[in-house]
Amino acid sequence: MALPNKPLGELKAVKDPEVEEREVDILIVGGGMAACGTAFEIKKWAPDKKILLVDKAALERSGAVAQGLSAINTFIGENTVEDYVRMVRNDLMGIVREDLIYDLGYHIDDSVHLFEEWGLPMWKMSDDGKKLDGKKGLKVGTLKSGAKPVRTGKWQIMINGESYKRIVAEAAKLAIGDENILERVFIVKLLLDANEENRIAGAVGFSVRENKVYIIKCNTMMVACGGAVNIYQPRSVGEGKGRAWYPIWNAGSTYTMCMEIGAELSMMENRFTPSRYKDGYGPVGAWFLLFKAKTLNGLGEGYVGSDVAKAELEKYAPYGTAAITPTCLRNHLMLVEMKEGRGPIMMDTITALKELGGEVSKKELKALESEAWENFLDMTCGQANLWCGTNTEPDKKNSEIMPTEPYLLGSHSGCCGLWCSGPDFDWVPDAYKIKYKDKVYNRMTTVNGLFTAGDGVGCSGHKFSSGSHAEGRICAKSMARFVRDNADFTPAISQSNDELVDIIYKPVRTFFEHCDYTTDIDINPNYLKPSGMTYRLMKATHEYGAGTATFYTTNNTMLEMVMEKLEMMREDCEKLAAGDVHELMRCWEIFHRIWTVESHLRHIQFRKETRYPGFYYQTDYPGQDDENWFCFTNSKYDPKAETWDIFKKDYIKIIPD
Amino acid sequence: MPSFVIDEKCDGCKGGDKTACMYICPNDLMVLEPNLMKAYNQEPDQCWECFSCVKICPTQAIEVRGYADFVPLGSSIVPMLGTEDIMWTCKFRNGTIKRFKFPIRTTPEGAANAYLDLVGKDLDSELLSTEEADGYQLPTPETV
Repeated sequence: MALPNKPLGELKAVKDPEVEEREVDILIVGGGMAACGTAFEIKKWAPDKKILLVDKAALERSGAVAQGLSAINTFIGENTVEDYVRMVRNDLMGIVREDLIYDLGYHIDDSVHLFEEWGLPMWKMSDDGKKLDGKKGLKVGTLKSGAKPVRTGKWQIMINGESYKRIVAEAAKLAIGDENILERVFIVKLLLDANEENRIAGAVGFSVRENKVYIIKCNTMMVACGGAVNIYQPRSVGEGKGRAWYPIWNAGSTYTMCMEIGAELSMMENRFTPSRYKDGYGPVGAWFLLFKAKTLNGLGEGYVGSDVAKAELEKYAPYGTAAITPTCLRNHLMLVEMKEGRGPIMMDTITALKELGGEVSKKELKALESEAWENFLDMTCGQANLWCGTNTEPDKKNSEIMPTEPYLLGSHSGCCGLWCSGPDFDWVPDAYKIKYKDKVYNRMTTVNGLFTAGDGVGCSGHKFSSGSHAEGRICAKSMARFVRDNADFTPAISQSNDELVDIIYKPVRTFFEHCDYTTDIDINPNYLKPSGMTYRLMKATHEYGAGTATFYTTNNTMLEMVMEKLEMMREDCEKLAAGDVHELMRCWEIFHRIWTVESHLRHIQFRKETRYPGFYYQTDYPGQDDENWFCFTNSKYDPKAETWDIFKKDYIKIIPD
Repeated sequence: MPSFVIDEKCDGCKGGDKTACMYICPNDLMVLEPNLMKAYNQEPDQCWECFSCVKICPTQAIEVRGYADFVPLGSSIVPMLGTEDIMWTCKFRNGTIKRFKFPIRTTPEGAANAYLDLVGKDLDSELLSTEEADGYQLPTPETV
């Protein structure tokens, strides 16, 4: 018997939830790779402090690595950290925080070594140059002891990573103890101290398993809740919209919660629109780097090396003419073909496997096939099913690739996020250091005591899973220092518990006040359900905010129009309604998404050039304008005045070319 | 590709201390209908198809059906998660079947070394705890 159609949660909301108060020294908000890094590291430096980690989901499978990964995209190994900085700088078109990237670069491998020790299987090269999977590779020793990883490109190493997050979460849980972890609690607002200006004092959120609001006071806090997904209309608008490239549950919470209390954002105009296998959004990296596949346009031409492509890349020198073409420009070349009517773009898997097959034995070819499927099954299961459903065997049928809808993030090939302090070294410029009571705290935002990592830290992409973990650990040490130096601080929250509950449970109260007015609880002139608001946001960004509808182009007029729509969306968020706690989660997520998108578009409006062709185009200002715009763009929301400020910040070159 | 629950196989994790799929879903989609003691996916169009619920289900009651908007019917990919490996059975629309086995972990579950006894020494350096214990030295970059 099928269950009756029940579109929403089993746990009905009540008007007056229970309230639980907590007070800790160190609060970790988030549960992904960065938060797990913090959890692993923190007790080593603050053994006597009270610590709490709060995750919206279950730590074992939360965050971007929930599904697994087939590669670790950053492992320095035999490379230099300086070269790592150069690679990130070129990929992100020159404007990055080299202090943050260098500082992260020299810690990344330590996290990778831990992953391997914990049990993450890493592919290795045998002494006679053969690839060994993570199990067979054990016999040649660990990466830490000098064994060679299987590289795909200069920075990536291959893993058998289905259980990557489970392993990393296990170590994190053991390190801080289950009793110091709250799962299924969604933190939605940060709280400033009542007595001291610009000082973090706590956070408030709610359980998605019971009607309960959590009010948590703290001395210091780290927020790492990922990037922003589901902010632009996806290419699939039915069931398939769940198949977002980045985790669909990332709601921009990191950016919104921090900006709402006045933390400075940087490079929010930067976005990522990855080119992936069409619809399934399976990874292409291994196909390019491991299997040496090439892309073809609709005429069957390898357009990447064409005269048209070369001329396009020269327009964006020196980035476009560098040995490795930046990610946005690779998209740009694809878009040029598509706009000229020379689509679709195909990954030539047939030729790639044929050429590799000519070099290897039948057994090795079988292994190669298995590797190709594992690439999907470890991290994008749905792509494997799409291949099965369309009878696609990669040696017999090529697959289409396509740039996706836009995403906002700071850990992958994107660099939006919070403006954070670099480390306190002589080689780090003063302008990159953020001080509290004359002391510099690495990765602290411009709000005193508030830290971030992973997707939260702006101006420094290409951290990926390993870098996010390492950055979480950097935060842990900084936070331990912060609580030591500020041990006499007593957090005070200006709002009463009732006032906070009024804010958090407002959508529930709105629902109960009006739900009897109509015969359909979803359609009511007095409120809006979060699903409706999500569609409204997606439609507006899609059409005016450089979404796929316009081939990622926007201009001054379109931006003005979308800003007006966003203002009304923010007003209408006051009338969001939730009948159950799952829906309450969706209400707060859409609120977070709207604010994050607004900051993204404000930044695009401010930067009068097209810095990232292929990611977005400002057609009133085509091309790069290094003379005026070779700088960071930062913004700050003033929570008291409720006004925005957006301004330039100097780029300082640290690492030579 | 939303997950779906096979009615006959789902027992609502009656014997367990928690409903496994509900516990694990990163997007809070899997819920238990308490009267019938059956789980279901409450928002199929928000399903990332991460297979977390499929892998954790103790009765193999959960599978996925390709997204209606772009996956033709007839295929399936079914995992069996063990302690060291995962086995996948991939069935094509045309009936072709491929099976794969990949390692997932090289240590016993629960054995991750959390370095519980490690206490950092110099809180004012930028070295992480395990780096400090290994005697790692912080480099200084070549600068412009």
